[in-house]
Amino acid sequence: MRLTVLPVLTVVSAIFLIWYAAAVWLNAPWAYDKATRTGETLSAQTLVADTWSQEKPKLPAPHQVGAEIWKTTVEKKITSKRSLIFHSWVTLSATMLGFALGTGLGIALAVGIVYNRTMDMSVMPWVIASQTIPILAIAPMIIVVLNAVGVSGLLPKAMISMYLSFFPVVVGMVKGLRSPDAMQLDQMRTWNASPSQTFWRLRLPSSMPYLFTSLKIAMAASLVGAIVGELPTGAVAGLGARLLAGSYYGQTIQIWSALIMAAALAAALVGIIGLVQRVTLKRMGMT
Amino acid sequence: MTNATVISANRLSLTFETNDGPVHALKDVSLDIDKGEFVSFIGPSGCGKTTFLRCMADLEHPTSGEITVNGVSAEEARRMRAYGYVFQAAGLYPWRTIGGNVRLPLEIMGYEKPDMDARVDRVLDLVELSGFERKYPWQLSGGMQQRASIARALAFDADILLMDEPFGALDEIVRDHLNEQLLNLWARTEKTIAFVTHSIPEAVYLSTKIVVMSPRPGRITDVIESPLPRDRPLDIRDTPEFLEVAHRVREGLRAGHIDD
Repeated sequence: MRLTVLPVLTVVSAIFLIWYAAAVWLNAPWAYDKATRTGETLSAQTLVADTWSQEKPKLPAPHQVGAEIWKTTVEKKITSKRSLIFHSWVTLSATMLGFALGTGLGIALAVGIVYNRTMDMSVMPWVIASQTIPILAIAPMIIVVLNAVGVSGLLPKAMISMYLSFFPVVVGMVKGLRSPDAMQLDQMRTWNASPSQTFWRLRLPSSMPYLFTSLKIAMAASLVGAIVGELPTGAVAGLGARLLAGSYYGQTIQIWSALIMAAALAAALVGIIGLVQRVTLKRMGMT
Repeated sequence: MTNATVISANRLSLTFETNDGPVHALKDVSLDIDKGEFVSFIGPSGCGKTTFLRCMADLEHPTSGEITVNGVSAEEARRMRAYGYVFQAAGLYPWRTIGGNVRLPLEIMGYEKPDMDARVDRVLDLVELSGFERKYPWQLSGGMQQRASIARALAFDADILLMDEPFGALDEIVRDHLNEQLLNLWARTEKTIAFVTHSIPEAVYLSTKIVVMSPRPGRITDVIESPLPRDRPLDIRDTPEFLEVAHRVREGLRAGHIDD
């Protein structure tokens, strides 16, 4: 235990050290500006104190972000529009829906590619092409088009989230479903197993390690997709809306607290998948 | 024992097209295997012994010639689940217990649950793995895993057992033991067994008929009917009869090489 705690603590303190130093460096010009206008001279101590406590700093200090997160999570009611938990929940629900849709679509495409020669020859290039288009460019179009056909709210965001998350699942599952070796497939043939029996009893269980690895990437991509999907929705709710509102009004502390929240959310979600992966693969004897 | 022919190959040829030109894996191979026989195929790598076995199993399709299994085409025989096939590697599924692995072909073939349980018990007993039903493959040694894979091939009612170097990856002591067990099992079940190997003592010890093959093109150079009795203790390998058969196999293998 101590072996893992010490390195982690070292890295974390290094990050904080660099962060505080960068805050001084980036926020100093503004502090000097203020001082010149009021005719004060800054001692090193007051300079540092000022750079770490500005209202709209270029780079907020960690404790400012911490205080903001505390204020907007613990001290605000969850139903409040200013609660970060409320906004996280909005983003999380779109992420989860998009992740579910993306996983479903990804597995379906992978099954098609593995079992259908025409799909094998034709689908992959389109799948790859779909990922070369910048999501920021097509996100507003998806929102607008879906709005025009009367779909709004959660689903458009989830669609963008799906658009990003199905890709790693397709790639991983094609590899996973093809992971049984020739001998295992021959063996199924000697038993005259049907394609569906081969799928459920051999290909799908064999693909589990690949699936979980893909799901971790897909989950992170889903969250990015949900946040990007919130940017063009007129900044109503969600972590993306907080980021956008923060940048409109120069509320850097708000932006950073939303960013940290998104990172924590992603870490938690990927961590949960990692846990399920460990338990499942151990039970399947595949570790 | 009746003398009904179970597997019959007539002028069987198989050519693989490769980038370096055609490879004649089998050329004009003819052979009859009778019911209840234990036939070994021996020869250097590339002699087509595995390919021949795979033709019997309908895993490979001959370019010309005919092969019948149980009087029908190899494909039909496969569809009727006429044989159990044991591969070089045990190939047990790590996510299934030993019992679950043996049950796998039975599930695929749609056996009733009580019947399945009875069969799993019976074949695990045959390969002396009773009591290991709930263990996972990784908890077993390599030899035990291969025995489990033999049990799996025996679980359904196939009269033919096709074995492709099943003990090739095991050490000699384990191999001796498994050979003895296999003969025992063969005597009890009266199956017809086709067995690919590259070990001369193994082939001579196990077989009633030894088929010596040679490469380029893959063909049969000698078919030896073993004069040894069916009941064979391990020390039969020190008798003059045994050594004589082994000598003839070795001669056959050498003759195949001179052609190169």
